[in-house]
Amino acid sequence: MYEFVSGPLVWIAFIVFIGGSLYRIYNMLSISKKEKVVFPHMSLKHSLASLVHWVIPFNNQYMRKRPIFTIVSFAFHICLLIAPIFLLAHVILWDESWNMSWWTIPEAVTDWMTIIVIIGCIFFLYRRLTDPVVKNVTDGSDYLLLAITALPFITGFIAYHQLFAYNTILILHILTGEIMLIAIPFTRLSHMLFFVFTRSYFGSEQGHVKNSKDW
Amino acid sequence: MKPTIVKREPVVDEAMDQCEARLTEEEIEKVINEVIDKETGGRLWTYINTCIHCGLCAEACHWYLSNDRDVSFAPVTKIKDTLWVMLEKKGKVDAAFIKRCSQISHTECNACRRCGMYCPFGIDIAYMILVVRRICAKLGMVPLYLQDTVHSHAATMNQMWVKPDEWIDTLQWQEEEAQGYVPSARLPLEKEGAEIMYSVIGPEPKFLAQLLGNITVIMKVAGLDWTMPATAGWDNSNMAMYSGDFEIMARVERLHHETAQRLKVKKIVMGECGHAFRGAEYDGPTWMGWMKPPIPIVHAIAFYYDLIKSGRIKIAKKIEGPITSQYPCNVIRNAGLGSKLRYIMSAVCEDFVDLIPNDRHAFCCNAGGGTINCGPPWKKIRVQSAKLQSENFKRTGAHTIVTPCHNCHSGVEDIVDGYKLGMHVKFFSELLIEAMEIPEHLKPKEE
Ligand code: HEM
Ligand code: HEM
Ligand code: SF4
Ligand code: SF4
Repeated sequence: MYEFVSGPLVWIAFIVFIGGSLYRIYNMLSISKKEKVVFPHMSLKHSLASLVHWVIPFNNQYMRKRPIFTIVSFAFHICLLIAPIFLLAHVILWDESWNMSWWTIPEAVTDWMTIIVIIGCIFFLYRRLTDPVVKNVTDGSDYLLLAITALPFITGFIAYHQLFAYNTILILHILTGEIMLIAIPFTRLSHMLFFVFTRSYFGSEQGHVKNSKDW
Repeated sequence: MKPTIVKREPVVDEAMDQCEARLTEEEIEKVINEVIDKETGGRLWTYINTCIHCGLCAEACHWYLSNDRDVSFAPVTKIKDTLWVMLEKKGKVDAAFIKRCSQISHTECNACRRCGMYCPFGIDIAYMILVVRRICAKLGMVPLYLQDTVHSHAATMNQMWVKPDEWIDTLQWQEEEAQGYVPSARLPLEKEGAEIMYSVIGPEPKFLAQLLGNITVIMKVAGLDWTMPATAGWDNSNMAMYSGDFEIMARVERLHHETAQRLKVKKIVMGECGHAFRGAEYDGPTWMGWMKPPIPIVHAIAFYYDLIKSGRIKIAKKIEGPITSQYPCNVIRNAGLGSKLRYIMSAVCEDFVDLIPNDRHAFCCNAGGGTINCGPPWKKIRVQSAKLQSENFKRTGAHTIVTPCHNCHSGVEDIVDGYKLGMHVKFFSELLIEAMEIPEHLKPKEE
């Protein structure tokens, strides 16, 4: 079992993740061409201006108005993206199978980053259960996305600390990690892929076409 | 997903009720899929697939905020209750559902685009609302009063059933009125090759003719070479843009631009109206596949800014007392004229009290986007849902609210009445006429 999930399945997961992401982006661009206004409205300058105001925390009015959410959201996303890439255990695996390795973050730090991601998921879950607006637009798929996001971190944490049933948990960890990778292009986790495009378009429309701003 | 709990007082809108009785499910399915397949593309697809259902856009919407945070008014809910269902059921919905879609999109959203600025992804909810309106319009599900204005556009090429002779009569009458202030003022009709074509919206000749007199005086004092068309094409308003009847929208915009081309003017200056600017500058041209209007369009705010800043018009005596101004969405958030508006307000007022929030973050007057044109049946909820902006006005302590937009003008008058604010509502040109200097040589000679 371990051989399978840590061998062929890893291949499959990465191929689907990368191939699927490219396909989804290609698909988005080609149906955007169908609309005659989308590309002519785009402007690099205004796309970048919009991104600068929305990927830097507290760099727009609305983020300043909701400080707690902003902090949680940024901490969550930064840890979510950085921890797995620079995790010692992951880099060792890459090194063993591909002979490539890169910079790593001390394990004590990635451990905390993992905790932050899990806290972020709990925060999002809490909002989903209590905030009337969010609750009203929530269905099973939203909980599923949260679970897909949280599980690799929860199982990774348990495995790292060898809390119990190490071998089973490790297999589960790898499996859930792979599910997450596969899910990114084909669920609303694809917001990771589309964020740059939706922001660029709105920024361009506001800035380039409408002479205004979007922050 | 559980359906949204919607509490509304029943409203009788004859056109919508009759349409509901007439529509068949086959027709609905066909139109929904036609619009989604043929008229939308990357934007709708990406918005629907990116929205993470975080609800952050709710905080942007004055409908939601004014109705004690009733979730059925939140922007994302408006999409959930319309497009999400249509897409999920692939168009298999009933007539009652389409009626609710029209209620949401025509009467409970101003397409003001504030929520787009509050979504972390920049998802343009207002664009999606216009897609919903488009589907409704193709099915004939449009509020009665709004549809009446669309019929007027289609039949007369103006919004208010103004007849050709009434139009010319009104202009000549207002030219005479203007000559009471400045005897040499002229309102030149059909002057080919003039620098400026001035265009207005249908309600100006119908109800607010004095504004035409005012501009005649202002043009004379500023010494500008201008003209107005004597033919259809003088009306720059466009309610078809808001009902979702984009074919008629395009006819109206095309005629307006072609009239300016026929008169061989260098630019079109338009009166104080926001949606007219949006239609002429953006929605019309994009629908017709032009990236820019063929002849540049200047909104009244930018026009007065240039006149005051360049000294062509001098201010003799600033208006006294605290005065505030509404920021019309379609020329501020969606056209970037906020700082020019503040400049001209400070130039003519002794004590300009700014709104909070201001500029592109200011709230809609709740009349925009065609909602006020949905008429009396929908007025109560519209005014009720402007509560937030009524409080913002009240806080300024102003005696007058300036509205450089016709929709805002009517909407703010309703707010002032509905919330007993006891404030005056004026167009900027009305202040300018009071405040500006009329040079000695233009003044009437003493008898
Ligand atoms: C795709 C195949 C994956 C493999 C083969 C894999 C393998 C591993 C291994 C061997 C460990 C170390 C456990 C230990 O120290 O005993 C680990 C830890 C971890 N993994 Fe993965 N992983 C995969 C995917 C992912 C993904 C997609 C994520 C998250 C996005 C992830 C997040 C983590 C985290 C956060 C830890 C460490 C937890 C901590 O230090 O508290 N992993 N992983
Ligand atoms: C560059 C990459 C990414 C960007 C720019 C991004 C951006 C966003 C934004 C703007 C939100 C909306 C709420 C907020 O501001 O927090 C959000 C929510 C969220 N994102 Fe991401 N994201 C990215 C990658 C990911 C990835 C890779 C995952 C997980 C696999 C993920 C999982 C989530 C979750 C679970 C939520 C919260 C949903 C809820 O409210 O329940 N994100 N993201
Ligand atoms: S466009 Fe304006 S009125 Fe419509 S949902 Fe968004 S904020 Fe509300
Ligand atoms: S803020 Fe944007 S992503 Fe969040 S619910 Fe609203 S439209 Fe969707």
